[in-house]
Amino acid sequence: MKQEGLFRSYQVGEVRIENEKTRTLILDAALDGVQPGQYVMAWLPGLDERPFSISGDDPLAITVADVGAFSHRLTQLEKGERVWVRGPFGRGFSLVSQSHLLVGGGYGAAPLSLLAKKAREMGHSVAVALGARSKGDMMMASAFEGMGCRVYTATEDGSLGVNGLVTAAVEKAYEVREPGALYACGPNPMLLALAAFAREKGLPAQLSFEALIRCGIGLCGSCELPEAVCAQLGIPPGFLVCQDGPVVYC
Amino acid sequence: MAVLNVNFLGLSLKNTLVLASGILGTSPSLMTRCALEGAGGITSKSCGPEPRAGHGNPVALAWDGGVINAIGLTNPGAKEEVPLLRETKKRLSAIGVPLFASIFAPTIEQFGEVARVITEAEPDLIEVNISCPNVASEFGTPFSASVESAAGVIREVRRAVSLPISVKLAPNVPNIGDIAHAAAEEGADAITAVNTMPAMLIDAHAAKPVLRNQTGGLSGPALKPIALRCVAEIALRVKLPIIGTGGVDSGLDAAEIIMAGATLVGVGSAVWRDGPGVFRRINDELSAFMDQEGYSKVDEMRGMAIR
Repeated sequence: MKQEGLFRSYQVGEVRIENEKTRTLILDAALDGVQPGQYVMAWLPGLDERPFSISGDDPLAITVADVGAFSHRLTQLEKGERVWVRGPFGRGFSLVSQSHLLVGGGYGAAPLSLLAKKAREMGHSVAVALGARSKGDMMMASAFEGMGCRVYTATEDGSLGVNGLVTAAVEKAYEVREPGALYACGPNPMLLALAAFAREKGLPAQLSFEALIRCGIGLCGSCELPEAVCAQLGIPPGFLVCQDGPVVYC
Repeated sequence: MAVLNVNFLGLSLKNTLVLASGILGTSPSLMTRCALEGAGGITSKSCGPEPRAGHGNPVALAWDGGVINAIGLTNPGAKEEVPLLRETKKRLSAIGVPLFASIFAPTIEQFGEVARVITEAEPDLIEVNISCPNVASEFGTPFSASVESAAGVIREVRRAVSLPISVKLAPNVPNIGDIAHAAAEEGADAITAVNTMPAMLIDAHAAKPVLRNQTGGLSGPALKPIALRCVAEIALRVKLPIIGTGGVDSGLDAAEIIMAGATLVGVGSAVWRDGPGVFRRINDELSAFMDQEGYSKVDEMRGMAIR
């Protein structure tokens, strides 16, 4: 039996501001056995429970975008306050090359930061393409730079980096150095565009999808990837984001 | 080599394993995936008269003894469910796997209405869920709690539809044999035993129950001995085929519940551990067990432990 199912209580050690809407909660202890790209369920007793990307494992860090009542409450937590966590869950990224291109759309940068850290610790070459609506939505660019990654940014309003979608930054990163594999997290249209890009270039791609995750353990079926998306990715229908994913290998 | 196929109410199933209701919802692709992974039959998640969002999170957790859940009967409502079930039925028919459609309702009359609506999708059987443990605050005591209320629901559904019906019973009653007997008298064709066991887990650090709904249904290994007792009690009391469900996670577990009297074997929480591939594993293990013990057909094992 897996023992990962029940909650462990952590205290918030530090809150890092990532952008206007996003905070990373750095907790007071590590979470063992994390594969970058996996997620945890974070619970505030009596309130709610939601899935969050793991952006650090030692100590555990989760990155929270303020997009609803519960995530808002989480972003308001202060040092010393408690948060309950179960996980890690799902299938994450695995490094399949020594030269990587990481692509983050919006807060999709969060799980990639842990992947970049692991890759850099192994001495791998890492390029990161980050896209956001505007400069104020961009996150973690300097953190990636600090790890020694080459960072390329794109904003839809041109306020930072290339004017356009993240795919523009991806093209640029690709021109500078052809990577051995592509890893991405972000909205579905971005991931589908990257799947096509990777196919065209003959790159193995690992794409992390977001979905409505309720049970987190592959039982309720709420997080199924739409059949049309599966078809576009060339994977069989009936893909459970919570357990088969969140990372799709294609 | 042992053969796993089995006849059930005139249906020929490739094997005894059935996806239990409530697992993986009602999506045609997920239902079909389980069938392709080796389920002999598929039960859709219970649907009722109206759409329901279900409970807030946490809705399900894995713990040492299995799983506890209170999803809260999330479903799109019977009318919306029909096209989904039709599509599922079409895909399952193509691979020779029957579809059992689970239904629930807050009143006896509505059970009949939902059954009538769902019949349009032409499932192979309607499973009448009178035992969800997680909606008592809205719907009151489950109909599975007494002989009279259980019989009342089956009478209504029997009047409403001509499809085969199975009634899903609760384990937390002192007289499950009597309830099964009453359902048989009212025209049920099969008994599904059992639903999850009402339970609670508390997080001591939070000083709160872990589920948003406070209580939930316990399933997985902790439920198995309870399910074995219930199936045995029913098998000793009625002649109807039984879909034995509760904590089956291995070929040995499947053999045990068949030996308690089950014809089909529901698999639910085990899907959590291995994903839908669990069906293939349990089938392989059951087949190996039968070879080892000298059983050539599943029928030979049925009720062995209660003779």
